[in-house]
Amino acid sequence: MATIGNGSATADWPGRYFHIDQILDKPGPRTDPGFSAGAEARFKLSFRKPFIVWKVEVKAFLRDQAKILVIGAGGLGCEILANLALTGFKDIHVIDMDTIDISNLNRQFLFRSKDVGKSKANVAAEFIMKRVPGVKVTPYFGKIQDKDDDYYMQFHLVICGLDSVEARRWINATLVNLVDPENPESLKPLIDGGTEGFKGQARVILPTITSCYECSLDMLNKQTVFPICTIANTPRLPEHCIEWASVLEWPRIYGDKKMDTDNPDHISWLYKTASARAKEFNIEGVTWSLTQGVVKNIIPAIASTNAIIAAACCNEAFKIATSSAACLNNYFMLIGTDSVYSYTFEHEKRSDCPVCGGESLDFPISRDLTVEELIEMLTEKQDIQIKKPSLSAPTKQIYFQAPPQLEQATRPNLEKKVSELIPEGGEITVTASTLPFSLSLNVIYT
Amino acid sequence: MIKIWSMKKDENAAAKKKPKTSAAQIRVQKDLTELDLPSTMKTSFADPADLLNFTLTITPDEGMYKGGSFKFSFHINTNYPHEPPKVKCIPKIYHPNVDLEGNVCLNILREDWKPVLNLNSVMVGLQYLFLEPNADDPLNKEAAEEMTKNRDRFAANVKNTMRGGHLGSQRYDNVMGAA
Ligand SMILES: [Zn+2]
Repeated sequence: MATIGNGSATADWPGRYFHIDQILDKPGPRTDPGFSAGAEARFKLSFRKPFIVWKVEVKAFLRDQAKILVIGAGGLGCEILANLALTGFKDIHVIDMDTIDISNLNRQFLFRSKDVGKSKANVAAEFIMKRVPGVKVTPYFGKIQDKDDDYYMQFHLVICGLDSVEARRWINATLVNLVDPENPESLKPLIDGGTEGFKGQARVILPTITSCYECSLDMLNKQTVFPICTIANTPRLPEHCIEWASVLEWPRIYGDKKMDTDNPDHISWLYKTASARAKEFNIEGVTWSLTQGVVKNIIPAIASTNAIIAAACCNEAFKIATSSAACLNNYFMLIGTDSVYSYTFEHEKRSDCPVCGGESLDFPISRDLTVEELIEMLTEKQDIQIKKPSLSAPTKQIYFQAPPQLEQATRPNLEKKVSELIPEGGEITVTASTLPFSLSLNVIYT
Repeated sequence: MIKIWSMKKDENAAAKKKPKTSAAQIRVQKDLTELDLPSTMKTSFADPADLLNFTLTITPDEGMYKGGSFKFSFHINTNYPHEPPKVKCIPKIYHPNVDLEGNVCLNILREDWKPVLNLNSVMVGLQYLFLEPNADDPLNKEAAEEMTKNRDRFAANVKNTMRGGHLGSQRYDNVMGAA
């Protein structure tokens, strides 16, 4: 498949990208400075190239080379996949671990009732490929955590349409870790979308450059959590009864057996238990779907809000891939709960962010240096001066100042040479009360 | 795309490769190694290599629960500190804010948890429950009622149940033994 520029086999037809080409063929007043040919020497591709050549190359990049990963094939994911395919991205990958539930069909428009029970990623990929000729969508039915750095390295861009904080934190940390200063292509822009009812947000994260997902964790709307004593003694809401069933009754009856919120038998049990409780306290409103909503923390999803946010995310992907306009810097918020209000601002990077903040030092030491001597060095070194540092490697503890049991367990390491514990180029994570979060040392043996 | 890549070049100096230790793991390391516990609290790790699962023993040196030794299990998941640690009281005790299953009513363990709080705050909060049991947030309703109605009888119940005595149909665990 391919288009303009290299004449290879093509699924395109005349005028297929007529509208999009209008954007790419004419720089507008707000076009990114790098867009104009030769305008800025630092843009390699456009440097000293006539605009006509440059625009051909941009189209070729978008349509032949750009490889984009979509995480999540749910409400946002369906919209994102459709938008990307229709704007000209042709090599799209999609990951989702979920299967299609009948309740998804009201908004996840790539699925039909015959698809219930099948993988969202597989069905979505098939649908898009059938509907938009020439687009290749490669699905993966599984978890993002199944994939390693090499897998993520192959993409130019990642778009997330997820409802899980944990998955977002994971992909964010993975992409920040992937950045290698020696290799510009290791920087994978992450575009993250999220919705909740009439509210939503879209943001562009340039790992290590802009604020990351972890930097903004404290901005998250907290899910409603009820005090446990209210649940236990003074329930007033149907939610209190459902929480009572799941938080208190389930472990009391089933002990360590884990509750599976995807198991309809478990939900039925919770529903019955919660209903009995509600009856006892004259509370109305416990339903099967509310039970499922409360225990799975289902956030109300509105198809049209998903459409707005997915569209915002995909426009950013297009702008980043083509440099045809300045991209979002870096947080767009949509609030549709009281009239419609939107706000775009630059969320600031946090210096104490556990993922992108903190400091990392190349740390040359002798192969004979002991852990104790290393700690002395850290304590005495003028520019660091860390009080009581605790040290660990990604898979093991090196020396912990506290608590007493761990101090004792790691004390024998003090006499060992650092080189016995850490390979060349290995990382040591240092924490101390005098550090905002942590310091990482790249060990280099001299 | 090219624009983004060249941006990276401009910022090469600032960019640094990060270790693979997860944010939760580093945060737990930070919390644990900076714990500043009084002699009445002690942590214990069944597997010292596993920082995410451990117990805390509280031995109050004043108040009605003085002389007892109360063990709590801590389970921290990979979403820490976005989510609070899961804490349960292991022995069955008679306390207005702890139910017979070991659930603890401490606001910062649920509705008031914030990522800026840490393990130290949770531990101090737990100890406070033994110094100042709170009848307004009951998990053990009978204990809470007794505490408001008749403080002396409540104190006697506490003393009795800490030795592993019966109260009503309920048998409580002996917490007077080894600390
Ligand atoms: Zn960050």
